[in-house]
Amino acid sequence: MGQRYFNKEIETMSRDELSALQSEKLKKQVRHVYDNVPYYRDLMDKKGVKPEDIGGIEDLHKLPFISKSDLRETYPYGMLAVHLSDCVRIQSTSGTTGKRVIAYYTQHDIDLWEECCARAIVAAGGSKDDVVQVCYGYGLFTGGPGLNGGSHKVGSLTLPMSSGNTDRQIQFMMDLKATILCCTPSYAAYIGESLKEKGYKPEDNSLKAGIFGAEPWTEEMRRDIEKSLGIKAYDIYGLTETSGPGVAFECAEQKGMHINEDHFLAEIIDPDTGEVLPDGEKGELVFTSLDKEAFPLLRYRTRDICVLKRERCSCGRTHVRMSKPMGRSDDMLIIRGVNVFPSQIETVLINEGYAPNYRIEVDRVNNSDTLEVFVELSPENFTDTVGAITAMEKKLSASITGILGIHPVVHLVPPKSIARSEGKAVRVVDRRKLHD
Amino acid sequence: MAIKQLSVFVENKRGGLVAITDLLAGHGIDMSALSIADTQDFGILRLIVNDTEKAKDALTANGILVKVTEVVGIEIPDKPGELSRALSVLDAEGINVEYLYAFISASGTGAYVALRVEDNVAAESALTSAGFRTVTEKDVRGNKG
Repeated sequence: MGQRYFNKEIETMSRDELSALQSEKLKKQVRHVYDNVPYYRDLMDKKGVKPEDIGGIEDLHKLPFISKSDLRETYPYGMLAVHLSDCVRIQSTSGTTGKRVIAYYTQHDIDLWEECCARAIVAAGGSKDDVVQVCYGYGLFTGGPGLNGGSHKVGSLTLPMSSGNTDRQIQFMMDLKATILCCTPSYAAYIGESLKEKGYKPEDNSLKAGIFGAEPWTEEMRRDIEKSLGIKAYDIYGLTETSGPGVAFECAEQKGMHINEDHFLAEIIDPDTGEVLPDGEKGELVFTSLDKEAFPLLRYRTRDICVLKRERCSCGRTHVRMSKPMGRSDDMLIIRGVNVFPSQIETVLINEGYAPNYRIEVDRVNNSDTLEVFVELSPENFTDTVGAITAMEKKLSASITGILGIHPVVHLVPPKSIARSEGKAVRVVDRRKLHD
Repeated sequence: MAIKQLSVFVENKRGGLVAITDLLAGHGIDMSALSIADTQDFGILRLIVNDTEKAKDALTANGILVKVTEVVGIEIPDKPGELSRALSVLDAEGINVEYLYAFISASGTGAYVALRVEDNVAAESALTSAGFRTVTEKDVRGNKG
């Protein structure tokens, strides 16, 4: 099978042509935002930048940044650049309590997003002859709708499974001979284990590829999944703020993810100074949408730390590649695909009458993320029966689950037993990184 | 007359218990009874000592979580079925026992049982009416206190 592209003209366009295309689109996008988003217009005015100052991508650095806090401040409509009546859909981030971001889409925006996902599916070897099983969540989460739409564009038979109900996933996978699996890497690993438990061998299924994203995963985990399912596993990247999955995707070379640069302009900046860094340097990834109508974002700081590579890829695609995110420039954790801020857990503790002395430990056991929260007991809430303390742990765990949507194991520990460095408690221990 | 008991929160890790017993020994605390309830993560050590306040202060000063609770102490005659009879009395009165532990009297002549219940007065009165002798802190400490 030769190298295939969903949109050969765009995906293999020469760098010069691509830059010219980006410059044209950027000028229009900046004008559109300036004219229709008062919040961003104010930011530009404060910085003394006018749309006419942006003659092309070389002027990108003149524009002000926006971050998640800007999106929160303008919730729910402040970043909308078209009339609501022109929008056809919303999606929303997995975040909760004040962290939620709503993204709006016109039909044009949906189409460009779905095309990005279609490119990812074709890069993973997909065609109209494939059966694509989508077990990302459907609904507000972008994972399910994005890959579902991409699969339609490719013309594959789409199985809109959504997440969970593993027995049913396996039944459809086997009975309908699914060839491409789309889900979070931890769920892919779980499906692999479940298949094994049911007595299936890796060669018993018809899968050839998997497109896995929405949470950090390691090369070690990639190998495990590839082995247990008998497939080639591809990474995909995206965020609701820019559209959803498909902002960047892996080709068969698996040396970084190609960013769909005709729609999203990428920069790497120093997270402390905001200075643009040269290619190959590690820093915070910043995206500028180039042709979105409803929810265009200029210089949006993703908080993901990664590296950009511009050397030409042997797959023939000319679009820049980004490394897997190596971490976050803020304290956000992604656990089982859910964005978790330590401050959310802190809020629960305070509401439940505990001192905010806690430690969050995240690990990956059997390819699934685990979340443990250690909380200091105080003399006021210490009772002398095991049952009462166990009940307190359960109650706290349920409250945290209610906020985060994922279930932690809570351990109550003696006062002052949580390690403090320089007087400040060490809040997060993420052991997942140590395995890489 | 309820007996004062110390409840100490102990993390289930190596050296957790000895740190507490060492500290009490260093302050000349004499233990009359000891019981521990544990889970995978933590334990609760329950102690009856000769000087509850002193022990509590010493533990608290060392950052150890401790609480003084009152338990009912009774003497159990040394013959089969007596503990069962005591528990039946409480059960008949609708008194729920959260936990209990047995220990030897200071004189060495009989067995004592410490009971943690919701209502100490009701429990003592029910047990006394059924012929059980309640135990005081003085009994527990013997002539050492």
